[in-house]
Amino acid sequence: MSGHRIAAVCIRYLYLYKRSAARLMEVFYWPLLDLLLWGFITLYLAKYKKNLPNFVAFLLGALILWDILFRSQQGISVSFLEDVWSRNFLNLFASPLRPGEYIVSLMIMSVFKILIAGTVMSLLAWLFYSFNFFLIGISLVPFILSLVMLGWAIGIATMSFILRLGQEAEILAWGIGLLFQPVSAVFYPVSVLPRVLRGIARAVPASYVFEGMREVINNGGRFALRELALALGLSAVYLAAALILFHHTFKVVKKKGLLTRIGE
Amino acid sequence: MNTPVISVRGLTKVFKTLTAVDRVNFEVGAGEIVGLLGPNGAGKTTIIHMLLGLTLPNAGEIRVFDLDLRNHREEILQQVNFSSTYTELPYSLTIRESLRVFARLYRVPDRDQKIAGLLEVFGLSDSKNKQVRHLSTGQRTRLNLCKALINDPRLLLLDEPTSSLDPDIADKTRRFLRRIREERELSILYTSHNMKEMEEICDRVLFLHKGRVLASGTPDEVVRFFKGKNLEDAFLKVARQGDDKR
Repeated sequence: MSGHRIAAVCIRYLYLYKRSAARLMEVFYWPLLDLLLWGFITLYLAKYKKNLPNFVAFLLGALILWDILFRSQQGISVSFLEDVWSRNFLNLFASPLRPGEYIVSLMIMSVFKILIAGTVMSLLAWLFYSFNFFLIGISLVPFILSLVMLGWAIGIATMSFILRLGQEAEILAWGIGLLFQPVSAVFYPVSVLPRVLRGIARAVPASYVFEGMREVINNGGRFALRELALALGLSAVYLAAALILFHHTFKVVKKKGLLTRIGE
Repeated sequence: MNTPVISVRGLTKVFKTLTAVDRVNFEVGAGEIVGLLGPNGAGKTTIIHMLLGLTLPNAGEIRVFDLDLRNHREEILQQVNFSSTYTELPYSLTIRESLRVFARLYRVPDRDQKIAGLLEVFGLSDSKNKQVRHLSTGQRTRLNLCKALINDPRLLLLDEPTSSLDPDIADKTRRFLRRIREERELSILYTSHNMKEMEEICDRVLFLHKGRVLASGTPDEVVRFFKGKNLEDAFLKVARQGDDKR
């Protein structure tokens, strides 16, 4: 693992943000729109559903946490697509850069995106709705870690599919994360899901994070230890599986000559 | 010949039912410029991709700097570089930013000095702060060549590097390549569809057709082998009658 090569790839992405309004919009625009839309819906619901305590906190907390998962996935798959679109992918892999170093660079870039988007969203939630995201407490750290790992896993798996299936599969970079939303218990508890989906939700680490977040808010910041352990453990398993998939796919595409056709 | 820079033995690549490269053997010596010639689909680009470890062969052995490519990829690629008409540098970055990224990837010392020197040689100094997306095709090709020389490679793989250059810049590029070959014993494996250019720059050429080496030798020897007037004439004979020769 070489630090200078990882730094080189990170700098390559940082340069993009210097002058690209579209990419800056990606960081600020969507979080802002999400927060406005869902925030006002939340206020509306809070007004009429007074029998549901902490509803505003549930939804705003869920919104920010979901965005962390989404940014984490996009930080991997969209950054990868940047190289595909600009036909730079071969130049990178014709250098001594290792696939593992490339993945670490993408992970670092996704953390960079999360930090910006998370800060913007937390600040806006506080300004517009007087919601302090950090009141969730110390549980936030493992919850966020779990969501970031799951986002990386989805992003790396998406990248593997695009390498294997070609650019036709790039739509997955935007769609595949949303596939997890209905079974992640983001805006409602797992208990409202039909039995079949409940089973699936139990295999999705994000569902433990969102259930845990609601438990912490309800109990005034008490540590949701069980949810936390399950979320972290499952996310680690998915991340490991995604890395194995990528390693295998990278070998297969080199054998089939598909690596050199990416971006053509 | 001393230990060859590239030594390829029995190199074979099959894509489903198509044999793109068929038991190819060749060597490239230190400071030698070797051309891969052949019609489209002859296997030239596939050979270059296999030499870079981007495509894995079905059979055969590739040794570069006397090291097995399978086990020493990183060490080898640190001393190799590549330029292709089919790749580009990130279009949102400026010329200087793009080259800085690759200078870091190859751990080049005195990066800014190195970049300034290359930009001067390829006439890009005035455009160094221009984004790649705003460059002409010729400027992009020259930028690709700057990238290919950023790490002072011992081996350069060039896939149709001058195809979009005007005759003046193409000539300057060939002169520059010959000069650095002489100065540093740089070895170059070169593909081009410009036969005049191949005659001018290559010490030896390999004539490929449907993945096989039909002939190899100096440009004159290959022309004589095909009983042509020049390489272009030989190329047309191979492209049109290659199957009869096999």
